[in-house]
Amino acid sequence: MKKNKWSLLLAALLLVSTVLAACGGGSDKSSGKGSKDSEQVLRLMNADQIPTMDSSLATDTFAFQFLGESMEGLYRLGKDGKIEDGIATEHKVSADGLTWTFKLREDAKWSNGDPVTAHDFVYAWRRAVDPATGSEYGPYMMGGVIKNATAVNKGEVPVEQLGVRAEDDYTLVVELENPTPYFESLTTFGTYLPLNQKFVEAQGDKYATSTETLLFNGPFTLEKWTSTSNKWELVKNKNYWDKDSVKLDKITFVVVKDPQAGVDLYDKGQVDRAGLSSDLVDMYSSNDDFITIPQANVFYLKLNQVRNGEKTPLANVNIRKAIMMAVDKEAGVNEILNNGSIAANGLIPKDFVKVPGKDKDFRAASGDLAVYNKEEAKKYWEQGLKELGVTSVSLEFLGDDGENAKVFNEYVANQLKTNLPGLEITIKNVPFEQRLDLDTAEDYDIQFSGWGPDYLDPYTFLSLWVTDGPNNHMGYSNPEYDKLLQDAQTTLANDQDKRYEAMLQAEKILLEDAAIAPIYQRSLALLSSPKVHNIIANQVGADYEWKWAYIK
Amino acid sequence: MARYILRRLGYMIVTLFIIATLSFFLMKMLPGSPLNAEDKLSEEQKAIVLEKYGLNDPVPVQYVRYLTGLVQGDLGISFKFDNTPVTQILMDRIGPSALVGFQAMVIGTILGIALGLIAAVFHNGFLDYTSTIIAVLGTSIPSFVFAGLLQYVFAVELGWFPVALWGEPEHTILPTIALAITPLATAARFIRTEMVDVLGSNYMLTAKAKGISQAGRVWKHGFRNALIPLVTVIGPMAVNIMTGSMVIEQIFAIPGIGEQFVSSVLVNDYPTIMGTTLLYAFAFIVIILIVDLLYGLIDPRIRVTGGNK
Repeated sequence: MKKNKWSLLLAALLLVSTVLAACGGGSDKSSGKGSKDSEQVLRLMNADQIPTMDSSLATDTFAFQFLGESMEGLYRLGKDGKIEDGIATEHKVSADGLTWTFKLREDAKWSNGDPVTAHDFVYAWRRAVDPATGSEYGPYMMGGVIKNATAVNKGEVPVEQLGVRAEDDYTLVVELENPTPYFESLTTFGTYLPLNQKFVEAQGDKYATSTETLLFNGPFTLEKWTSTSNKWELVKNKNYWDKDSVKLDKITFVVVKDPQAGVDLYDKGQVDRAGLSSDLVDMYSSNDDFITIPQANVFYLKLNQVRNGEKTPLANVNIRKAIMMAVDKEAGVNEILNNGSIAANGLIPKDFVKVPGKDKDFRAASGDLAVYNKEEAKKYWEQGLKELGVTSVSLEFLGDDGENAKVFNEYVANQLKTNLPGLEITIKNVPFEQRLDLDTAEDYDIQFSGWGPDYLDPYTFLSLWVTDGPNNHMGYSNPEYDKLLQDAQTTLANDQDKRYEAMLQAEKILLEDAAIAPIYQRSLALLSSPKVHNIIANQVGADYEWKWAYIK
Repeated sequence: MARYILRRLGYMIVTLFIIATLSFFLMKMLPGSPLNAEDKLSEEQKAIVLEKYGLNDPVPVQYVRYLTGLVQGDLGISFKFDNTPVTQILMDRIGPSALVGFQAMVIGTILGIALGLIAAVFHNGFLDYTSTIIAVLGTSIPSFVFAGLLQYVFAVELGWFPVALWGEPEHTILPTIALAITPLATAARFIRTEMVDVLGSNYMLTAKAKGISQAGRVWKHGFRNALIPLVTVIGPMAVNIMTGSMVIEQIFAIPGIGEQFVSSVLVNDYPTIMGTTLLYAFAFIVIILIVDLLYGLIDPRIRVTGGNK
């Protein structure tokens, strides 16, 4: 009996070992796979796939990232937002600021050998606003800028009437709706990239769904890619007009979504950079390879003055001022985010644009307009309560449930409750999409929200709160603010000094009204190999520029 | 038998139709839109884009169009991956999930059965308690903890296996183990309980009296009887595991379908969500049919017949 039992156990163990042996077949091949020393290879991770490479349809950060590196528009953004030559070598602006004439280089080629011409820009821009294309960024980036863009998109005039034409193969003439001083920086954006009509039309529905269905004219070509790939490469483009400036031979990418796994791969030396989520920052902030990259994304509280047709307590300016001053932002960014993010005491981010003629950062010129001050906040609060004739106020705090968001929302709400006696706050964290829905419906009291710029001009932020603007959604209206911004886009558009004065004034009004409560300006924390040099972090468009990067 | 299978296939089509309908209407209830830049566009501009997706049409029209495509095997075009058919996304993604899932199912089930048998034969002994502890741990530790632990110990600290990524056979090892723990624990638990029951029954005593060896008794008389409940749970579990785990795939950076499903939901990629749901449902009912047929094979007393009982 005993013997039998053991023979059974033996049989079971045999079964187990067979299975174990079967799965032990793999051998470790990962080491020594690196490339030759002479070859410049950068190994990076991407947090998601590239959903499309169609510049007219692109909407997400990764699409714009890889479009930016594999294609080239009229201009390219360099270090500190400096505009560098692209396909255009120079341009002239007419006296009224409405007609821009670009001279294109004649040595730029598509990866199939075709020359890049002015016709490629005309085709691409028309395609971006053509309603049949169904582009989201086309009407957004071109509407109100290029003549007739909005009308074409609505189908009111034929697409041929869009204000762009090729005077000859290498001269592009653009007519604008209003003088647009930041048009140069707009032309670096993905939606403005040229397209080779013959190639795009030959690909039909398949265009830009894989490497084979794409043409490139940028510093790199995108290789081994399909829209569902998890790995791909950027390879130095031998046909690029400025190939001598490109040092890297290759950049490899693999999709890794889990930040911990990313950091582990970095520790094992398999990748050269890894992003850090806030829970990882504490562990790695003393690491030699730890760096932070300041961004131009600003986060703030939207204070809704009208909800469901009725005025909220936030319609009272003293209540809003109290809220704007009641949050200790320094402590929030240092203790909770701890990734280099800084407290925002205004709307326009630091190091984003300079005030022309003064060589002074916009933020510095404008000063601290919304600072934390517990005592002042309390005074405004009591004044506000008195005006409303109440002793307490309950507000709903709407946030989304993204990474960091929950903890940070808790913190902000708690600061408000502590510093403003009689304030009750209910936090409502919902998925991002739902927050946008509630925002559109203006169905919230306080909302934690943020904005990233689309071009290098304060207008990209300030335009958010013009009366009934598509992003206002909080019942804010100040005719003086509206007037200043309208002037900035029309009468003052050709006078940069006055224009910036108007925008500085507008920001002041916005925060005197305490229309919003700025909280912080974001930084990204990451681990970056000391061998890697000269990766430029852009404020708009593609997040990173690798054209001039090298390994040493 | 053939009639039975035919009838079941008929039910399958009805079930799929109901699931397709339900998921279609649930989709309509999701907040937000598939637009990415919706906070940047006016209502009018949004409408122009939604036109392209066919989302401005009345819901019944969209429903009929969806069903018509479905009958022709067309799951539509993804909203997120422009111009990429959902079928292509599913095909690209199901491979890694199915491979890791299959390995985990096979290894997990076999090890679990072995563990359960050992526990039953050595009932209330040391080996029984050990295997019960393993089974309890296996069911109670959340997979992201277990997977994270495996990754940390065997990849980061010991360096035996790759940390993450996909492509070589060795990349599948840690995720397979992480996934195998569920079928392992389940199989061990079921087999142990059933075997303890069966081994104590009268016919086992009879068999023993007839002089059949213990191994013979356990394998021939005991094990087969104990398998029935296990087969019932293992089938649906196989579907679950082979269609991918979002957590495991994210931690080990596997380009699988479970992770894809969750990210599609987050960006309101309706066609991909529905396609994945249908694929899941389809696999599920096929497996249930197979399980029902297996019952007859394992235990001839259970007969599958059409109509007349």
